[in-house]
Amino acid sequence: MFRWLSQIGTLTTFNLRTLPQRPGSVAASLVGMAGVVAVLVGVLSIQQGFAKTLEATGSPDTAFVLRGGADGEMMSIVTRDDARLIGEAPGIAKGTVEGAATPLVSPELFVVIGLPKKTTGTDANVPLRGVVPAAFGVHDRVKIVEGRNFAWGRNEVIVGRAAQGQFRGLEVGKTLNLGQNQWQIVGAFTADGGLSESEIWTDAAVLQPAYRRGTTYQSVKVKLASVGSFQPFKDALTRNPQLDVKVQRETEFYAGQSRGMTRLIMSLGVIIGVLMGLGAVFGALITMYTAVATRTREIATLRALGFGRVPVLLSVVGESLAIAALGGALGALGAYLAFDGFETATINWQSFSQVAFAFRVGPALLALGVLYALALGLVGGLFPAIRAARLPVATALRE
Amino acid sequence: MGGWWQRALPAGVGMTRAGLLASGFRRHKLRLVLTGLSIVVAFLLFSYLVAIRKAFEMGVDVAGADRMMVRHSVSIIQSLPASYEAEIERVPGVVDATPLSWFGGIYQDPKNFIAQFPVKPEEYLAMYPEFKLPADQKAAWLRTRTGAIAGRTIATKYGWKVGDRIPIQATVWRPKGGGTTWDFDLVGIYDGKEKETDTTQFLFRQDFFEENKSFGQGRIGWYAIRIKDPSRAADVAKAIDEHFVNSPSATKTETEGAMAQGFANQVGNIGLIIVAILTAVFFIIMVVVGNTMAQSVRERTQEIGVLKALGFSNGGVLALVLGESLLLAGIAGGIGLLMGYGLVSRGDPTNGFLPIFFFPPKDLILGAALIVALGLLTGLLPALQAMRLRTVDALRRG
Amino acid sequence: MTDTSLLDVPASARTASGSVLAQLTGVEKSFRRGAEEVRVLRGLNLELRRGEFLALMGPSGSGKSTLLNLLAGLDRPDSGSVEVEGHQIDRLSERQLAHWRARHVGLVFQFYNLLPVLSAAKNVELPLLLTPLSGAQRKQHVQTALSVVGLEHRAKHLPRQLSGGEQQRVGIARAIVTDATLILADEPTGDLDRKTGDSILDLLQALNVDHGKTIVMVTHDPHAAARASRTLHMVDGQVSTEMAA
Repeated sequence: MFRWLSQIGTLTTFNLRTLPQRPGSVAASLVGMAGVVAVLVGVLSIQQGFAKTLEATGSPDTAFVLRGGADGEMMSIVTRDDARLIGEAPGIAKGTVEGAATPLVSPELFVVIGLPKKTTGTDANVPLRGVVPAAFGVHDRVKIVEGRNFAWGRNEVIVGRAAQGQFRGLEVGKTLNLGQNQWQIVGAFTADGGLSESEIWTDAAVLQPAYRRGTTYQSVKVKLASVGSFQPFKDALTRNPQLDVKVQRETEFYAGQSRGMTRLIMSLGVIIGVLMGLGAVFGALITMYTAVATRTREIATLRALGFGRVPVLLSVVGESLAIAALGGALGALGAYLAFDGFETATINWQSFSQVAFAFRVGPALLALGVLYALALGLVGGLFPAIRAARLPVATALRE
Repeated sequence: MGGWWQRALPAGVGMTRAGLLASGFRRHKLRLVLTGLSIVVAFLLFSYLVAIRKAFEMGVDVAGADRMMVRHSVSIIQSLPASYEAEIERVPGVVDATPLSWFGGIYQDPKNFIAQFPVKPEEYLAMYPEFKLPADQKAAWLRTRTGAIAGRTIATKYGWKVGDRIPIQATVWRPKGGGTTWDFDLVGIYDGKEKETDTTQFLFRQDFFEENKSFGQGRIGWYAIRIKDPSRAADVAKAIDEHFVNSPSATKTETEGAMAQGFANQVGNIGLIIVAILTAVFFIIMVVVGNTMAQSVRERTQEIGVLKALGFSNGGVLALVLGESLLLAGIAGGIGLLMGYGLVSRGDPTNGFLPIFFFPPKDLILGAALIVALGLLTGLLPALQAMRLRTVDALRRG
Repeated sequence: MTDTSLLDVPASARTASGSVLAQLTGVEKSFRRGAEEVRVLRGLNLELRRGEFLALMGPSGSGKSTLLNLLAGLDRPDSGSVEVEGHQIDRLSERQLAHWRARHVGLVFQFYNLLPVLSAAKNVELPLLLTPLSGAQRKQHVQTALSVVGLEHRAKHLPRQLSGGEQQRVGIARAIVTDATLILADEPTGDLDRKTGDSILDLLQALNVDHGKTIVMVTHDPHAAARASRTLHMVDGQVSTEMAA
């Protein structure tokens, strides 16, 4: 065993020392491998960033109530009576809102307005959310970072930081003209990178008449007494014959919201990854077959000196893996530098409105990229390695 | 492969032309196969690239020039009064207006993404002549209040046949009288006049919808309008929007192209980024493959020297090398393009998110041009090197 | 392998000079060349004595190199037996053969077959990597082997920085560094000019005479064969004549 390991070590070292002698084909192989990994990681980072933003929005001790059958807030309607009944269910946390202890139940109105995107100048759908005071108790991650909160009962709004980055005219102090209504922007907020940062918030009581919504809302968010209170809370609502609602944990809801984007990116990512992987394997095969061919006599010499068949095979695989690992690491690093934190916005198909998010290249994605490169390197090295190990020593010595 | 071979060979050299070409190929059979496969993969990727690019354009370039959209000024989500139809039609320059609404229902599973619109059948089909519906099916639709028609793509995907009853789960628009399901009778399946035509829509009757929805009576989503003179689109839009500016629902009118562009912009630069990435990849593969092909020519310097010693002209050698690289690029690239065309034509790989997914015929020409360029470039550079080489040096270099 | 200097005459050579080291009996070997089967060795018998310097001569295709390959354990006969030091090596597995080669055979090639990326010393060290010797021990053996061939001062050079004769000396150092039982040389002077070739032959002769190495050398060159203690002529896959030097 020891002898084998030391043989493999010696041979692999020898192989790697020959790399500078064929810079062209090694560079091509490296570039190919780096390209595959960079692209795969880059494409998947879009999905990761999108999902990350949605994940950052949900918390497991918050329940998200929609009308039964609704798949998103756009499709849901919750009346004031529904909201009252929901507020009477067990398991709801109490908090202090504006000096008074109240159950943390937040009925919310969700409309979409068209605002020009900074990048293209064309209108895109931005969510405008009408909330009640309890909302700031439920969404405890929302923090005013500039200006002040809107005053209740007035045409004032606060805007999320991410929305400010992606759309024109959302600076604090400006006025939004929406149809026949003017809204004063009085503050900006953050929400730990969550989806709310792509939104504009105002008083629900002001928004309802402005959008002729009567006294209806679209969803109700509820802060639960504990993570474990979810089931009794849900059971109480679903058993109530006066209610027809769908109850989810907030985390669950937002995981579902990223489904469309995940499917889009994953299916494209798989196509790209597989095709490019094939290309890279061919590249690696060419490189390694060439390497073995140009070293025929050297390999035969080593075998004649008494080096074993298997160590020769493994050393060629090792060489291929080394190139793949280096190329993969370069590609992953390149993708990290190019894509991580890249800010953009896209449409969330489930809410038909814009979500601002940043591409994310995390450690898991980097590892995936390098592992994929190693897998490609293994395939690309194995067949040439078999050829090297099966060389007829006697004839190859004299080639 | 024709006459250039004869010209390349001096009189009296009795050698089969194809044989000489093939000898170059046989030399490194394995490398040749692998290089060929890489080219195939590159052009497969190219096929997806052009299809994805087209898909993310969201039909901007096929929008009817004489069609415009009238929507609520705040966003397309806000509804408009149904009474606007008649008012819009009175605006000078407008030929016709027809209402559409976003239904947003679910067929079987929320994962099945199907665009559903309540429409006025006759007006809608007149507005969109690219939707081809057989006359008898159209007549059946006009007869059947619960009737609906579906595009060929989704009908095939979900195995729908004329006569089927299609249940759609309401999300927003629940039917009057309880329950959440709307049942439609499929009376027709439409085809697209062009490849670009969206054949993934599910259309049912506005009057049936209006009568049975539980709220929102008298309001619709937006209007599609046809105008007399596309060059006066801006004026018409201005006239319409000014007409409604002081009513409770102010409007925004834009061309279909602008609306499609706006929607593509909503999806944002993600499509752009993916296309950019794919383009980069394609060219990386081309460079790598090109290098390998050029390498194999360089390795044959000695052989080329022998040919020149035998009396081949410089032009002859050039033709020989170019012929080989063109043949390889042509065969492998052609296979890649054909396979890509076949795969892409199987349709949207994302299950409904890219409704317009096909291989634009124009890009077949682009692909062919790239194949020729690959063959020429990879052959030309080393061939020129070989030509400049003095015969004596070439022979010595072996 | 012990730590004794290579310059000492090995114990085996001292005690058993002249005894049989290798014996080939009734060896048959054929190759396929397309559809045709070529019989290279036809019932060859050969006895190799310890401490002798045997030259194998003969025209191309007479089977010299095949015979050398069989002795080296690089190839196996179709029938017949190859016995070296009482071991029937044609019965060994691939892996056992590789192991056996590493301990018992030192090979010298016409085109030296040095690894171009390794220095002279590293090339010589290669076969030692298959032994359990420590790094320091290996270094010592390499130095000794290089001093035997007179190349201590070139240890750090790469093969392409050495002349043909020097490269062949490195090849010979590599063959003797493990204190192999048997040195097999395939046209060792075939790629060298006469003068350089002579110095290589001097070296081989010295190894044989001064250090008691058993050497088998394939050559075309009667001048080279004249340095051997015994010359065999091969014709049509058999040993035809024997001439003692």
